[in-house]
Amino acid sequence: MVNQLSDLRKEAAAKTILEVRHLTKTYGSLTVVKDIDFTISFGSTCAIVGPSGSGKTTLLGLCAGLDQPTEGHVLLDGTDLASLDENGRARVRSESIGFVFQSFQLIPTLTALENVMVPMELRGDGGPATLAKARELLDHVGLGGRLSHYPSQLSGGEQQRAALARAFINQPKILFADEPTGNLDTETGRLVIDNLFALNAAFGTTLVIVTHDSELAERAGRVIRLKAGALVPES
Amino acid sequence: MSDVVKHLFRPWTWRMCWRDCRSNRGRLLLFSLSIVLGVAALAAIGSFGVNMERAVEEQAKTLLGADLSISSRQPFSTNEEHLFAQLGGEQARQIAFNSMAYFPSGDGTRLAQVRALSGGFPFYGKFETEPPSAVEEFKRGAGALVEENLLIQFDAKVGETVRIGKLAVPIVGALRKVPGESAALALISPRVYLPMADMPATGLGGKGTLARYTVFFKFPPGTNVEKLVKSIDPRLDKFRLSSETVEKRKQDLGRAMENLYHFLNLGGLIALLLGGIGVAGAIHTHVKQKLPTAAILRCLGAPVAQTFAVYLAQGIALGLAGAISGALLGALIQSALPRALASFIPFDFQFRISWFAVVRAGAIGFGICLLFALLPLLAIRRVSPLAALRVAWEPKSARDPLRWVIIAILLAALFAFGLGQERNWRMALGFTGALAFVFAALSGTAFLLMRLVRKLIRPGLPFVVRQGLSGLHRPNNRTHLLIFSLGVGTFLLTSIVFIEHMLAGDLMITTGTGQANAILFDIQRSQLPAVSNLVAGLQLPVLDQLPLVNMRISSIKGRDVESLLADKQSHIPSWPLRREYRSTYSDHLRGAEHVIAGQWIPRATNAAVVPISIEKDIAKDLGVGLGDEIVFDVQGIPVTTKVASLREVDWRRMEPNFFMLFPLGVLEDAPAMDVLVTRVATSAQSAQLQRAMVKAFPNVSVIDLTMIVQTLDAIVNKVFFVIRFMALFTVLTGILVLISALVTGHFQRVRESVLLRTLGAASGQVFGILLVEYLSLGVVAALTGVVLALGGAWALAQFVFHVHFAPPLAPVVLAFVIVPLLTGGVGLFMSRRVLKYPPLEMLRAESS
Repeated sequence: MVNQLSDLRKEAAAKTILEVRHLTKTYGSLTVVKDIDFTISFGSTCAIVGPSGSGKTTLLGLCAGLDQPTEGHVLLDGTDLASLDENGRARVRSESIGFVFQSFQLIPTLTALENVMVPMELRGDGGPATLAKARELLDHVGLGGRLSHYPSQLSGGEQQRAALARAFINQPKILFADEPTGNLDTETGRLVIDNLFALNAAFGTTLVIVTHDSELAERAGRVIRLKAGALVPES
Repeated sequence: MSDVVKHLFRPWTWRMCWRDCRSNRGRLLLFSLSIVLGVAALAAIGSFGVNMERAVEEQAKTLLGADLSISSRQPFSTNEEHLFAQLGGEQARQIAFNSMAYFPSGDGTRLAQVRALSGGFPFYGKFETEPPSAVEEFKRGAGALVEENLLIQFDAKVGETVRIGKLAVPIVGALRKVPGESAALALISPRVYLPMADMPATGLGGKGTLARYTVFFKFPPGTNVEKLVKSIDPRLDKFRLSSETVEKRKQDLGRAMENLYHFLNLGGLIALLLGGIGVAGAIHTHVKQKLPTAAILRCLGAPVAQTFAVYLAQGIALGLAGAISGALLGALIQSALPRALASFIPFDFQFRISWFAVVRAGAIGFGICLLFALLPLLAIRRVSPLAALRVAWEPKSARDPLRWVIIAILLAALFAFGLGQERNWRMALGFTGALAFVFAALSGTAFLLMRLVRKLIRPGLPFVVRQGLSGLHRPNNRTHLLIFSLGVGTFLLTSIVFIEHMLAGDLMITTGTGQANAILFDIQRSQLPAVSNLVAGLQLPVLDQLPLVNMRISSIKGRDVESLLADKQSHIPSWPLRREYRSTYSDHLRGAEHVIAGQWIPRATNAAVVPISIEKDIAKDLGVGLGDEIVFDVQGIPVTTKVASLREVDWRRMEPNFFMLFPLGVLEDAPAMDVLVTRVATSAQSAQLQRAMVKAFPNVSVIDLTMIVQTLDAIVNKVFFVIRFMALFTVLTGILVLISALVTGHFQRVRESVLLRTLGAASGQVFGILLVEYLSLGVVAALTGVVLALGGAWALAQFVFHVHFAPPLAPVVLAFVIVPLLTGGVGLFMSRRVLKYPPLEMLRAESS
């Protein structure tokens, strides 16, 4: 199943999945993101890097439709996110986007298996196929034996791997990862990144990673650098 | 909105709701307890109301004991007897009057209501006596039935004798219950039933005695009594006879019982509202803890409505749990209510669960709980998915217009509830306004406290005090909720104590030192010198002596009473037109009265038009003012009068007071009874006076005001027992809300307490910080509650009871001791784990 999907995505590789046009975000008098333009093609991997406060997370939030830009547009798979209302953006997130957070953001009252199933359940698909897929993904990230464990019973690395499984269950077209190794030690971080890239390759998902980690950035096909909210020209 | 409803019908919403509260179910159930007592109170009271209605309906005929009763203050005339003969049916007669009952065995005497009875009354229901066969004995004319309490008071037994007037009659049984009369009535005026045949032998009931003559009718089944009464109404008016039918008694009783029911219901609602506030506070904390989860769901693609529906489902479940538990508890405890109210219910009360009332209470509880829960739940709607990316993200503090819509719905629901109880929009508005005021005052106090503390905290204060006080205004503080729950509880309890104190104090004032406390009445003119001598011989002062002349109104401002009674457009109520006035004549006013308009004329110079003084309220009822003419029928002689002055009378002063006051020079020759007023120092002296009087002058009755005050005190105590019973629900709810608030507060405080311990704070320091916070909250809540209660009691004293109010110190001191101790005690008990266990263990426990 995973290989078939990968082939389909490769066919679409030339297509643009994310297009950012003159994107600006200000909070009061503070401009956090300044007139940014870039495009990301289908199936590619991209790292957004920059010092703290450079606007990386804000940019990621805007690209994922979590926030509204002050100016400019974000086109995700051809859809202008600004033209959608909150429910419309939620639908796009549900159908096309996956997330991996620095602080894992598993729902503390749900088991690992239930956490992974949530995105599909939100789409009204919580049946046996989803259950099987969730089990398969957890198994894939090495958590096959910890399906019924709650987040508090998992280590940081295990939580992040469960979060990876959750991010891929709805076969997103694009996956946003915000400092996915920020809360992990080097060894565990490496394991999580290996899992991330392996799943990405398997699903052919477009990957956008916000990171401080230069080693991680180097593994991405493309690096976008931010400084004081503006894009640093690619060298 | 429709999206939210749509999502509420999706199984995933409820599955997620169930999964999401896995670690909080116990806590959520605890929160739901807040409304349990309020719902239980409403369910119990609702069942009581339904049972009461049914009892009144089922026992309607026993409420009167007859189909119709007709009564008069005068012996029935030949024409009236002719009317009764025309009415037919089975008839029974009763003459009721007050007289001294003397128990020779114990040499005890007390004023009692004597009822001489002939015929088969009660035709419906029966006297309850001990032994039960005593009723038959009484009907055979073998002796008297005497109120059981009276027998107990004087240690008299069945078989001994009681003396009424000149008659010594055997006691055939102890009277426990008379159909249609409440037990409280027996406290005021214990009853003694005599066979009518024995009446002449008593020597009582002669001219001038204040007696009520009644004829009871039992008609053949199918008789339309209402129609019958309507047909004789003009004649009843003409003869100034008053009538009562089962239907009328039912309506009067229904109204009285409805008032009691509504009062209890409002008490239940206050408990429920306090519970609702508790729920709102608890949900507020719960929602704050759930915001990150809501943000994750939003990030994963859940629309706003779906996320909101998950937490709304929790609110619904919580409300349902509280409402169902409360309704079931109400069904269980409702049997206690008739026992608490037994003294006020004049019929047998078969208690059955009214499932309708239980379900209705549950529905009201659920609705109120949900509305209160919605206030904090609205925050879920404003959770941005960005919160999942940024831990420090805070929701915008912009006011949510929906919040005001919910508050408006809550107020409208309160108003509707009040309207349902009072059927009067002004009262309902007053009720809603008063509640809103108390809540606003408590809320305002909490707000001011937080502002004040923030300004007053100085770096120089000890660390423990500074930290503890800071807890009152820092984020996640429990100040609002605790001031509410503790404040309302303190307010209710201290109010009750204040009002009790105020009314008891007023009773003391009315019988204060030096004032008259014994009144001898029904003294015949010829007996007056001897009675005065007897009083003087007992070393008692004759404080006052006045004649009483019976009279009725013949006409007012030229219109005769019959036409006024027949005039349906007339605004004059019928009772002051029909009644017999017992007036006096004097050349001076007494201490309890003063002229407020016109001039008091002490002696009449023109016998053709007598200048009288009239009490202001009865003047208002009769529609007369200064200069208006009233013609009285003084036992057959017309006396024309003119209103020369209006008086204000302090009826609370237990002295002989009068509606109509005549000057000297007019009524001296009219047949009169005299009243003599004295003061007894001890109950032994009072008993001595009563014994001496009943032996020498059996027709003279003695009212011992001290005993009346004690009786009133007993009745007031019974009333306050009912009020305390209802307040108990609110106070217990307050304690539950307190516990729930402290539990939620504990979960918020635990992290910083653990952090402090991690940073090296000793358990004693953490204990001290928590103690300072809880004690401060307790003190401020006590202060607020006491101040509100003082304000309320003052307003009641000033505008309702018209008495002087000096607040007692003891309850104020008690409030300032108990409330902070309770808050501190419960708070520290809830935090004991923080103090006892190692910080790491606590952190792990809290994060799981």
